[in-house]
Amino acid sequence: MSWLTDPLGYQFAVRAIIEVAIVGATCGAIGAYVIVRRLAFIGDAISHSVFPGIVIAYIIGASILGGALVAGLLTALAIAIVSRGGRIREDAAIGIFFAAAFAVGVVIISTRQTYQGDLTGFLIGNLQGVSAADIVLSAVVAVVTIVVLAALHKELLLVSFDRTLAAALGYPIGLLDGLLLIVLTTTIVIGIQAVGIILILALLVTPAATARLLVDRFVPMMLLGAVIGVLSGVAGYYISFHLGWASGGTIVLLATALFLIAFVASPSHGLLAHRQRTHPQHRAARAAVDAREPGDG
Amino acid sequence: MTESVGLQLSAVSAGYGDGYAVQNASVSLPRGSVTAVIGPNGSGKSTLLKAILRLTPEVDGDVSLDGRPLDEQRARVAYVPQRESVDWTFPVSAQQVVLMGRDRLIGWLRRPGPRDHAAVDQALVRVAMRDHADRQIGALSGGQQQRVFLARALVQEASVFLLDEPMTGVDRVTEELIGELFTELKAAGATVLYATHDLEAAADNADFLCFVNRRIVAFGPPAETFTAPVLHETFGGELLILADDGHRHVHGGGHHEHEADG
Repeated sequence: MSWLTDPLGYQFAVRAIIEVAIVGATCGAIGAYVIVRRLAFIGDAISHSVFPGIVIAYIIGASILGGALVAGLLTALAIAIVSRGGRIREDAAIGIFFAAAFAVGVVIISTRQTYQGDLTGFLIGNLQGVSAADIVLSAVVAVVTIVVLAALHKELLLVSFDRTLAAALGYPIGLLDGLLLIVLTTTIVIGIQAVGIILILALLVTPAATARLLVDRFVPMMLLGAVIGVLSGVAGYYISFHLGWASGGTIVLLATALFLIAFVASPSHGLLAHRQRTHPQHRAARAAVDAREPGDG
Repeated sequence: MTESVGLQLSAVSAGYGDGYAVQNASVSLPRGSVTAVIGPNGSGKSTLLKAILRLTPEVDGDVSLDGRPLDEQRARVAYVPQRESVDWTFPVSAQQVVLMGRDRLIGWLRRPGPRDHAAVDQALVRVAMRDHADRQIGALSGGQQQRVFLARALVQEASVFLLDEPMTGVDRVTEELIGELFTELKAAGATVLYATHDLEAAADNADFLCFVNRRIVAFGPPAETFTAPVLHETFGGELLILADDGHRHVHGGGHHEHEADG
């Protein structure tokens, strides 16, 4: 029992747990879109490209979220301009500019005296150093993200599943895509505080992918992704607290372990279930079922 | 054309940024009619359907519906994409896909109401898919998947139905069901335009045939257009008639069943 209550005696630990729960829930929920829209590479690019914005805002004491959004938008603009001609494709342009933006951040931060500590904090997160203001910012981002995803659920789902129909119906596809990328960016910014630039991708992808292995519907996937995100974050932090491991790394490893368990043991999509499904007897049973269905092509 | 009722294309050209795939297409489709778009692979059948809704990167010309620009009344058009363009692993059920057809009628920020659910239910019954409403779309057979998208078109309460190869890769039951549905839609005054490879079936089912090969080669009732010169001009020397499953399928050259987006 003291294993559970020990960390609660420290204010920094309590803050870390609150922060990682907020971040885990938001990343897990929006991760459903990252999975179905195949935005993993884009998410990685965003997390790197917002880095200089966060660094500059951090140094001059401006809004970290604002700095990140400006840096993200400038990078997106550069990618759009360079890849427009068609000679340099978009993925190459993304590769060039997200690394460049990241390099800008590294160079700027190297001019500071506390270079090592600052850089490490951004790269692998700094859960121990979460302030009350950080928690407020994260909570605001989380609430706005959830409100946007809930209010525009119908539209975002349509544009994600069938862009042609969305376009045919006259929906502003670019605007909806842009909005999704903006909430993804703000989510990434609060996530960087928790697990850092290098590991944030795991929080966006892994819990949602685990959820996808367990459910076959989009909203349940979002909710379950959020739950798994919180579970990975909070339990991961506890483990790191007691064992003295790096919190970001522990959280990601726990999320990965949950994924692997689901990958093997998921009742519907797991390896074991798959083995059963392809068992000869089972196959015969399925064939019988299929034969009874009219209109099977 | 003096008739302004129905769907009218005037000098429509469309492409994907590397020249027009369809050029200068002008055609008038009356209300209460079914038209089959026929042509070899890569002849621009898909492009023509998409151009009507301005879904291609490049579009010129005008499209009007009942005398007014179509762009002002897009919600009156239902579009059924090629099955190949759909992500079947997407975590949605058949019922949820059909409900998407109601999105425009429901409106921004609002949730579907009892009327929407009733419409979805009714459409699923009509395509004999109600028993499979809760299944993830990837778990359905090709014919069933096509019927789900037909149901989605039905709940839009549209006046124009554009279908990109609805008969391709589906079973006989679905094919017959699509035929019946076309007849019903026609009776209700809708304009149906669908792309197909099956020339023989099209000649039986459609009121008009629209032969396409980068332009409209011929348009008119089957009796007038299903002729050797038109076939030759549309398919060139690559015309292939295969006698399988009782139909004579007319294919252009190559072995691709489906036309790419281009």
